[in-house]
Amino acid sequence: MKTLKPMDKTLKILIYALIVFVICVPVGLIASGTAFGEWGPDELNQSVGYIPAGFASLNGLWNAPLVGYDLPGNHQTIPTQTPGYYVSAIVGVFVVGGIAYVIGKAIVKRND
Amino acid sequence: MHIPDGYLGPTTFIIMYLIMIPIWIYAGYWVQKSLRSRQIPYLALGAAFSFVIMMFNVPVPGGSSGHAVGSALVGIILGPWTAVVTTSCALLIQCLIFGDGGITAFGANCFNMGTVIPFVGYYTYKLIAGNSEITSKLRIAAAAIGGYLGLAVAAGIAGFEMGIQPILEHTATGTPLYMPYGLNVTVPAMLIDHMGFFCWVELIVTGLGFAYIAKNSPEVIFNYKPPSSKTIEEQKEVGSS
Repeated sequence: MKTLKPMDKTLKILIYALIVFVICVPVGLIASGTAFGEWGPDELNQSVGYIPAGFASLNGLWNAPLVGYDLPGNHQTIPTQTPGYYVSAIVGVFVVGGIAYVIGKAIVKRND
Repeated sequence: MHIPDGYLGPTTFIIMYLIMIPIWIYAGYWVQKSLRSRQIPYLALGAAFSFVIMMFNVPVPGGSSGHAVGSALVGIILGPWTAVVTTSCALLIQCLIFGDGGITAFGANCFNMGTVIPFVGYYTYKLIAGNSEITSKLRIAAAAIGGYLGLAVAAGIAGFEMGIQPILEHTATGTPLYMPYGLNVTVPAMLIDHMGFFCWVELIVTGLGFAYIAKNSPEVIFNYKPPSSKTIEEQKEVGSS
């Protein structure tokens, strides 16, 4: 018979905590400003008056499907951004956790 | 701190990839050598937590924003090399699916957030905690301070990488090709935003996360050595009651 070990219990509670984090994730939308050094071409142009040539050739190199943790469309307000933020959090948790799990399974062999 | 494409020139981003390749290889080797299969769910959870924590943006006066990373906590619980793996997973998906952090800058971002934070965090924790008991206040404070310092040092380094661009990469007339601001702007800006705001979030996340795991499941912590077999039995009884 298998009893629930303290380690399993901790795992369960951490999963609940992760779910709570995901539920609360729209709180992160309150901060709407761009982080230092993460400005787009327009913001950079506004602050320094030009778009550096090398920057222009590299920026926008990759078109991410859920760019800005949002669904496609021009969402400017928190209520319209919230669905995309939830989708992003759920997709991210499963994909990131899944990849880390697969990598762990592939390389960890010790069972002791 | 997710440097987008276009802020680092080729010299910097290639060097950062070259630095990261051996770090990724050794991290994989370390995880294989040190972790046990029952720790894999924690590895996956650590990566998922890092991802979500980075979505909690904190506003700062002046219109900027930023976030904690969570990799100091993973570094303290599962070892700094494990945190290299978990944070790199989170950063890869942030870059590819969400456009957060550049593809060319991926090596630099994995170095700053995935390597500097957990190593500075873990060694700060180790130095302050010493031989104190696993649930002692000193050890919890050590973890919290590790989180703060880890993020602060990483922010300074990210600021340095961006700030050297006008020196390294410019046109014949001296116009910057990539990040236009120099070290005198980038380093203070990164340090002030982080040490004033985001590092405090990292401090709270790392302190609370560590305190919870140390109290309830210290055996999850990678280098935890139980004081004696009797104590483990007592802890198990307490944990399952």
